[in-house]
Amino acid sequence: MHPIAAFDSVASTQAALAGAGYLASEEIATATFLAGTLGKPLLVEGPAGVGKTELAKAVARSTDRRLVRLQCYEGVDEARALYEWNHAKQLLRITAERETGWDAVRSDIFAEEFLLERPLLAAIRSERPVVLLVDELDKADEEMEGLLLEILSDFQVSIPELGTMTARSQPFVVLTSNATRELSEALRRRCLFLHVDYPEADLEKQIVRLQVPDLSQTLADSVVRVVTALRRMRLRKAPSVAETTDWARTLLALGADELDPATIRAGLGVVLKHQSDIERAAAELDLPTRSAATGH
Amino acid sequence: MSAATPSALGDRLVEFTRALRVHGVRPGSSEIVDAARVTQALGLERRETLRAGLAAALVRRSGQREVFDQLFDLYFPAAMGDRSGAGDSDSEAVDEIEPVASESSERDRVAAIREELAQALADADAAALERLAAVVAAQLGALRRQPGFSAAQALDRLGPQTAIARAHELRSGATILGDGEGGSGASGAGTAAGSGGGASGLGGAMQEQLTREELRAGVAEFRRRVESEARRRNAEVRGTERIARHAVVDPVERRDFLLTGQRDLVELRAAVDPLAKRLAAALSLQRRRHARGHIDLRRTLRRSLSTGGVPIDPAFRVRPPRRPDLVLLCDVSGSVAGFSAFTMALMQALSTQFRRLRVFAFVSTTDEITDLVTGADDLPDGVVTTALRTRAVLGWGASSSYGQALDSFTAQFLDAVGPRTTVLVLGDARSNYGLPRVSALRDIRDQARRVIWLNPEPATSWDTGDSLAGQYAAVVDMHECRNVEQLRTFVTRVLAG
Repeated sequence: MHPIAAFDSVASTQAALAGAGYLASEEIATATFLAGTLGKPLLVEGPAGVGKTELAKAVARSTDRRLVRLQCYEGVDEARALYEWNHAKQLLRITAERETGWDAVRSDIFAEEFLLERPLLAAIRSERPVVLLVDELDKADEEMEGLLLEILSDFQVSIPELGTMTARSQPFVVLTSNATRELSEALRRRCLFLHVDYPEADLEKQIVRLQVPDLSQTLADSVVRVVTALRRMRLRKAPSVAETTDWARTLLALGADELDPATIRAGLGVVLKHQSDIERAAAELDLPTRSAATGH
Repeated sequence: MSAATPSALGDRLVEFTRALRVHGVRPGSSEIVDAARVTQALGLERRETLRAGLAAALVRRSGQREVFDQLFDLYFPAAMGDRSGAGDSDSEAVDEIEPVASESSERDRVAAIREELAQALADADAAALERLAAVVAAQLGALRRQPGFSAAQALDRLGPQTAIARAHELRSGATILGDGEGGSGASGAGTAAGSGGGASGLGGAMQEQLTREELRAGVAEFRRRVESEARRRNAEVRGTERIARHAVVDPVERRDFLLTGQRDLVELRAAVDPLAKRLAAALSLQRRRHARGHIDLRRTLRRSLSTGGVPIDPAFRVRPPRRPDLVLLCDVSGSVAGFSAFTMALMQALSTQFRRLRVFAFVSTTDEITDLVTGADDLPDGVVTTALRTRAVLGWGASSSYGQALDSFTAQFLDAVGPRTTVLVLGDARSNYGLPRVSALRDIRDQARRVIWLNPEPATSWDTGDSLAGQYAAVVDMHECRNVEQLRTFVTRVLAG
């Protein structure tokens, strides 16, 4: 673990991320700064839509590194994550030259052109410094985690036919998880942990103002208040920051100037994604029923 | 914080991690080293930054953060003794806790504090709330007969919820004032959260409701600060380690079912959904893993087309998942009711993992309550009370009788148990010295695929008093299931197979 000279202090981290368009709370900035200083991967956990993937992109933008993204899904394995040989092409190569002997062909079919480089290998072999984003790690299974652990400990891959490859510069690694599954202990111990929750009201207001600058400030503030109240209710899927900005943009497009109950009721479809949630929110906030709203 | 010698800081970190281990957060040696490097990298100037940094190094799951925060406040306190900022309030002599002269002066003092609290809530001023929490804990929470502080006493005397109405007045008053001055919505004391009054923003009734919710949340936060302050003061009086061991509130997953009160039950209920999601993912993953075996020839040949007819990548035959039937037999008497209700809610949330789910409740006779459990989308909190009121779970007398309950189950509902059924019995096996009727349990076990008994009592109290746990455990597997953590382990290890 070598330190990655990415940021100088917590304050400069926050400023750099803000410069890249990401408003980070102090917790996030501290964890990001420490991940760089200590050279450890950063495991970001939290509900969907709070900006975990965006954080990695913002770090890449602000430190001028290339972003390499590995999107995990159920069944992702070494062939999809690390590297794979292009078997079809190799077979064609072999059948194309039936006359020559094995020795001549052998070095040919294990050349670079038959190697399919996947994200992890790309991150290791990259010339430029790299931010490696492993997205939604909880969707992958335990074998994948074992593979990751191996990579993360030395940043070194040995391909039997081509030799061992070591990373020229240590990547800045960000792992994200939606916490649908418990990750293994070994992986957790390897990383610094950051739990990103829905932002505080003040921070969210700043985010809305940054993303939707044409909306009036008081209306934006009211939007944040209503969304905060929605989060306090026990809904199946609480609205995230992405939904708040979506709603703000919708209001701007509709040219609304105040949030009366009918407007809120019509906007619930943008913010909430389940019908049962919409009904529950309408009941608790005392909003008119759909027909009354549209007949307005 | 003044500069401490390196070894003293290191010792403090080690004590801190030791306290964390007592409460279920288990940082290993490598994490302690990381924590030390974090301290070195961040420095000691800002307490909140240090808190965030240590949390990144030591906390491993989001559920552990609350325990971490409480212990951090104890081991890296904001101050020693009274807070220097606390001298701003009107009352004199903050350092010495004066014995109260008379009733009326005490009441006046409380009223003054309450007014300040209302103002701080209306402004949503976090610093003022912090300062007030210190004052309240120090002055109202001081115990009379012994050294120490009690948050419960302080909050009892203050009654912070009574300040909500006043805070509401203050905030709407400020907004009206703001409108009268030109309606820009950006003036007056109530801007931070009370903006958006008449001209643009929210309508009147909506504004009221949201304000009320925000004030309530503010009061809950204030309570937490008072408790934290009282713990800090107590730690100075009684020793940090003792307070760390006893006064820190465990996260919801580690609290015993039998000791949970009404408020905790609500918190527990909120934990069912995320727990069920994780368990469902784990169970289906395990089941799918067992489905390897036979090669599916047709799919293998299909795949080999892309490699020129050479079958490099074999495809396996996928067996459809075999899901068990689940029968829950729950004791709904007394303290076990909370445990039963929670497990019912959990199994209902996991219902896709089972082919059929049937739920039976008993106190001294058994009746079926499957429709009460599966009917509602969101399990109503009163399912146990409804069952007690409307179903035949109480036979002669209102006390538990396991023998009679098992008998009535085998008499009426034994057809619910088949060769694919897993039966879960939930109860503490305390039968008021009635007959055990172990033969009935044996009948159930012979008909089912397996029977498992979950006992919310600690294993050391089985067989004490009127508990028949030993006799029942001789017939079926009995597991101790004291808190959510153990329940979760049970579901992933035992129920999956």
